[in-house]
Amino acid sequence: MPTVIFQLPDGTERKVTAASGTVLMQAAVSNGVQGIVAECGGNASCATCHVYVDADRSELVGGPNDVEDEMLDFTAAERRPTSRLSCQVELSDALDGLVVHVPEEQV
Amino acid sequence: MSTGTTRTAGVVVVGGGQAGFSVASTLRACGYDGPVTVFAAEPHLPYQRPPLSKKAHTEPDELRVSLVPESFYAERDIELRLGDDVVALDPAARTVRTRAGRRVPYAHLVLATGARNRPLPVPGADLAGVHALRSLDDALAVGRALATARDVVVVGGGFIGLELAQVARARGARVTVVELADRLLSRAVSPQLQEHLRQRHEESGVRVLTGTAVQRIEGTDRVRQVVTSAGILPADLVVYGIGAVPRDELARDAGLAVDDGVLVDEQLRSVTDPRVSAVGDCARHPHPHAVGPVRLESVQNATDQGALVGRRLAGQPARYENLPWFWSDQGAVKLQIAGLRAPSDEVRLVPGDTPGRLAAYAFRDGRLVAVETLDWPAEHLAARRLLERRTPVLADELTGTTLGGLARARRAAEVRA
Repeated sequence: MPTVIFQLPDGTERKVTAASGTVLMQAAVSNGVQGIVAECGGNASCATCHVYVDADRSELVGGPNDVEDEMLDFTAAERRPTSRLSCQVELSDALDGLVVHVPEEQV
Repeated sequence: MSTGTTRTAGVVVVGGGQAGFSVASTLRACGYDGPVTVFAAEPHLPYQRPPLSKKAHTEPDELRVSLVPESFYAERDIELRLGDDVVALDPAARTVRTRAGRRVPYAHLVLATGARNRPLPVPGADLAGVHALRSLDDALAVGRALATARDVVVVGGGFIGLELAQVARARGARVTVVELADRLLSRAVSPQLQEHLRQRHEESGVRVLTGTAVQRIEGTDRVRQVVTSAGILPADLVVYGIGAVPRDELARDAGLAVDDGVLVDEQLRSVTDPRVSAVGDCARHPHPHAVGPVRLESVQNATDQGALVGRRLAGQPARYENLPWFWSDQGAVKLQIAGLRAPSDEVRLVPGDTPGRLAAYAFRDGRLVAVETLDWPAEHLAARRLLERRTPVLADELTGTTLGGLARARRAAEVRA
């Protein structure tokens, strides 16, 4: 079961453990991680589960798919090279210890 | 605290849906330290409704629709009273009365009671195999029925009906949608888009009967067929979604102003009693994007209104001005709406850069006021970003470009400036 660390905009962090195959957004929401809004429930429709993947793991996580890539141009907080919609990131054991940064704004 | 809260009378929220949850969680996130009590009529933890008609799962644990785990409430000292109903308000004494007869005082009361389905007014609507679809329990019942249903009749060509029609189709059932109006989604989307949607549904094998009335539902133990103005349809499952009415009777019975929803001001306070607020599907409110007071049935509206009232009660008052937006997943079709279109607006249909993508721009006096998109989330998000800003988007600016293109161009200009 991979563990993920969410770094929150207020400087605190939340450590969350979820089964492989769980999407990152769901892992955040089921554990009450503030700042992952996920208004659409995980259908790549709303861009309110935006995260910045920590640079050292971003290659392993991979880049956005085509629709996600377009949507990331219109997130509430600025887009950065490691931006992803967390509903499109599937967790696996290889991602154990992943650190993601939650942006200031989602909506 | 601006509400003069004591430990005995804090904020009481009536309703455990998305709006009620938003009030309670925002209060705590903003540092409110008085008592917060949420009365939720259903026995479930507050949950997301959108997946119910889009997925109609068969197993409760498959749903995973709870907004947050149970521990969230205890950790934040939010008293969540599941399966406990408020049956009366006494605004003069500032108390609510629960079904069990308990009186609970409040410093401020928030009505987040939502809406209920309009009942299907035909003989046979009470037969087994005829379902409404609004609550988690409804969705579980429909999901179970879909496991064996062969002939599904969906009454109502609105969002819930069309979403469920695609779920039933995906499970292999024969599906007919029966809609009384001449078009699908007749009030919700522009006529220009309605025909495209109909076409997409028909391509997926859903039969669509518009301008057709359901006259009665027949069967002995359970539903067998649906008699319509266009003929008899065999059916072993009927799901209806023909609109909702606000649950505003608590307010009305207490003497608060009500007109198809609790009437509130721009800060979402009852126009009759400033110690009462209403949020979500049950509230009718002024809005800068609307011509007159509106009542909006959407997750965005419920969440944002709840948050606005939560912040106000924690000492940060604001007017409600959030841009309305909405989405509906109908099988493979993703419909998204930003802004509020009026019937008199001028609509321009714009094809997307790949097949199937489509946008409908609605203009009022030459300014963009609303955008409907099919299968084009990026254009929807661009529309939201542009409409949220006060700078207008003029019809002329959208000649030969999309909103996405315009948004990128404007941002680039800002960076240069």
